[in-house]
Amino acid sequence: MSDPSAAAAGAALGADARVTAAEGGPERQDRPRGLFGDAWRELRARPLFWISVSLISLVLLLAAFPALFTSADPAFGDLGRSREAPSADAWFGYDNQGYDVYARVVHGTRASIVVGVLATLGTVLIGSVLGILAGFHGGWPDAVVSRVADVLVGVPFVLGAIVVLSTLNAAGSASATRIVAQVVLSIALLSWPVAMRIMRSAAVAAKQQDYVKAARALGASPRRVILRHLLPNCLAPVLVYSTIALGAFIGVEATLSYLGIGLRQPVVSWGVMINGAKDYIRVAPHALLFPAGFLTVTVLAFVMLGDAVREALDPKLR
Amino acid sequence: MSEVDHSGALLEVEDLRVEFRTRDGVASVLNGVSYHVAAGETLAVLGESGSGKSVTAQAVMGILDTPPAFVTGGAVRFHGEDLLRATPERRRVLRGSGLAMIFQDALSALNPVFTVGFQIEEQLRVRLGASRRDARQRAIELLDLVRIPGAKQRVREYPHQFSGGMRQRAMIAMSLALDPELLIADEPTTALDVTVQAQIMDLLAEIQAERNTGLVLITHDLGVVAEVADRIAVVYAGRVVEHADARDLFRSPGHPYTAALLESLPRLDQRGSALHTIRGLPPSLLAVPPGCPFHPRCPRARDVCRTEVPAQVALGSGRVSACHFAEEVVSGG
Amino acid sequence: MGRYVLRRLLQMIPVFLGTTFLIYVLVWAVPGDPFAGKCGERDCPDSYVSAMREEFNLDDPVVVQYGEYLLNLVRGDFGRTSSGVEVSDRIVETFPVTLRLALVALVVEAVIGITAGVVSGLRNRGFLDSLVLVSTLFLISIPVFVTGYVVQLVFGLQLGWISPTVSTPTFGGLIVPGLVLASLSMAYVARLSRASISENRRADYVRTALAKGLPQSRIVGVHVLRNSLIPVITFLGTDLGAFMGGAIVTEGIFNVPGIGGLVFRSVQTKEGAMVTGLVTVLVLVYLVMTLVVDLLCAVLDPRIRYE
Repeated sequence: MSDPSAAAAGAALGADARVTAAEGGPERQDRPRGLFGDAWRELRARPLFWISVSLISLVLLLAAFPALFTSADPAFGDLGRSREAPSADAWFGYDNQGYDVYARVVHGTRASIVVGVLATLGTVLIGSVLGILAGFHGGWPDAVVSRVADVLVGVPFVLGAIVVLSTLNAAGSASATRIVAQVVLSIALLSWPVAMRIMRSAAVAAKQQDYVKAARALGASPRRVILRHLLPNCLAPVLVYSTIALGAFIGVEATLSYLGIGLRQPVVSWGVMINGAKDYIRVAPHALLFPAGFLTVTVLAFVMLGDAVREALDPKLR
Repeated sequence: MSEVDHSGALLEVEDLRVEFRTRDGVASVLNGVSYHVAAGETLAVLGESGSGKSVTAQAVMGILDTPPAFVTGGAVRFHGEDLLRATPERRRVLRGSGLAMIFQDALSALNPVFTVGFQIEEQLRVRLGASRRDARQRAIELLDLVRIPGAKQRVREYPHQFSGGMRQRAMIAMSLALDPELLIADEPTTALDVTVQAQIMDLLAEIQAERNTGLVLITHDLGVVAEVADRIAVVYAGRVVEHADARDLFRSPGHPYTAALLESLPRLDQRGSALHTIRGLPPSLLAVPPGCPFHPRCPRARDVCRTEVPAQVALGSGRVSACHFAEEVVSGG
Repeated sequence: MGRYVLRRLLQMIPVFLGTTFLIYVLVWAVPGDPFAGKCGERDCPDSYVSAMREEFNLDDPVVVQYGEYLLNLVRGDFGRTSSGVEVSDRIVETFPVTLRLALVALVVEAVIGITAGVVSGLRNRGFLDSLVLVSTLFLISIPVFVTGYVVQLVFGLQLGWISPTVSTPTFGGLIVPGLVLASLSMAYVARLSRASISENRRADYVRTALAKGLPQSRIVGVHVLRNSLIPVITFLGTDLGAFMGGAIVTEGIFNVPGIGGLVFRSVQTKEGAMVTGLVTVLVLVYLVMTLVVDLLCAVLDPRIRYE
């Protein structure tokens, strides 16, 4: 990369990383902080932001070190205690197979988070690269990318995911890694057009700006124009989208697993648990409600974060 | 305070105060604005952007955005009736039929999704209960009046199909729909080409003469003022610093700010010499300087200007100036 | 206007072809024998397999197969499943049920969503505004299948207010599943209308309308609403198709005999003709709705019409 600070801004999607990059350059010490600096100050003052950050930290902790929270084995099922209600022994009770629901909820966090994060990364990376290139070049690359996106948006999401996953699942039994990869792949495959459209319209808008026209007139290389001028301008909308998408994708994973085509044994996730509990909802509702509760709170945390980031980044809403 | 009786005035604004309550603090936007205008008279309100000209107009019309803007004092009398103490319903009824407003940017001031005809007709239908057909007939007459060619067809078109000048004409037609006694025109020509500007000003002057309406013309353009104004109120930092007959004001300004404005006009008899400018910047409304707000930029500033807010000094023939040394200034000393 | 419609229609053709082709390839290109398990425990007789391969043109290249399929489609022939059931018969049975469900959801979404959005958009930062913001936050965060089960559990099984499953798929019987299906989009509609209203409320033309002495009810009801609804209608329109495609989950929970269950079973049993047929119908619904939305927007916003 020819320009380290633009590259840093591109690589780091986090708002504070961008602030440090902007403040780090010696020649910029006295400049007022940019959009992201203002946004960070705005964010710090919001209780909603701190609530969501604490919730997300907790969930990440659960995902990284489940053993800190439970010593029970999530894979040990004792049919003798099948469907027992919550008690002091097992806070969330036991499910139909006699698994400890609390242990499984804790251990299921990792799969849900991993799928959410990877699917978001995939979606945003594919979408942003295609979007910024389409927006910058226009012409036939733009037309091709946009038409492909139209086609993918035309397929109802759940339906498309079912078809894609059934095709991928056809090979029969698979390892945990492969199961996770399939779900991530199918979500990213069907979602990138949204990120692409956001990035593309931001790039088109930025391209019309006089300073970008000036840079091009002065002979800046396309790479420099994209990295230095377009990317920083397109970052804000994509950042907001990724935060909200992360929450949404965790919900999508659960939906697909619930349908029986997403994650499945031996992987444990909240969706897998809900899928297993749904047929016994009359006799053992706790086996469904606890993972559903964790799922909802996690999605809520990311949606709240997305809300806070969007309001901080959009001066119109202040 | 000048104790002149303006009971014959159509509109009388007295010591109007407005502040903006924002998250960054309270800004006093108007710190006692007073002016008056009679039927058939044109008052120009002259000032830089941010001086409070438009806020005054919106406060008079009763269309300030509250919050953040709050009227904190003063009076706005229309035919002697204090509008600031009138009920919201009474004020609404007066809008359009008593006082009407012409906005600066007709493209955003007209609703993009309705035809020009609809926007003229709706006042007639809602306010006067006119039938659809009568309202359409009247709208065409009004467009004819402001000299829009092919009014019959254009009444069915949308604002974005009009050119800038035509849009401003349509805006004027709309303001005339309910036969108002007073027109407030907020920079009506700023967004237009120079040639079109003159046409619109001529049209306004003609309409005013024909109907004997009062006209408050808000502008920052001294050229426009010189052509049409009977009287001029010069606004600086939310205060009227000078209020005088147009001819008097141009002959001998009564306030250093007015004098500086006149000097900054390019003059044909001084070709080749550098243009005069007013040094410094208008004050931030969050931190208006103590004393006379103009003192940091004033060539005549003395110690008293830094501490005491000057009172309005009457200079005869209804002329007032808010300067400690008004008489000195007006006599050219 | 006529040319505008024509242009939009022409733009739809590549999307239709692309979408159906994509699904066709995905379904028929599944690795493995498409007729495995179709004849009970035994392998299928060779005569049956070859007849089937003939019927679906499976020995041709995939593009030719797709072309054949498309030609039949144009003639109104959706083909038959491997057990000889007419695909079109099954679609005619189930489609109206899901359409009804989606329409109920759309009405719920529009009425509740727009009302909540308008009310909160007009009262910036009041109690109602906060209430709408918080409740939409929760609705957006709860996956539809969780909402479905909680509603079924609480109102159906514990309180007994509603029947936990749908016995007759009439409009009335579909209100509860419709509400569940609409819950997420309803929240988005509320937020979209709120943002749109509060943006338009500050527009210059509102100040003009005020200066004209129009009553507040008319300014909001005519001037603000018309401008604010354009983005909302775009969102609502494309949602009907999304509801029909996303009804799988809701239909499963409430046992609604619609296309959701049919699609799911067909995918699982690799009934290629059924899956492609159903997807084709859904894509058509989506495209028709996109067109309807475009036309509605053109009616509401003259700037689009005269482009």
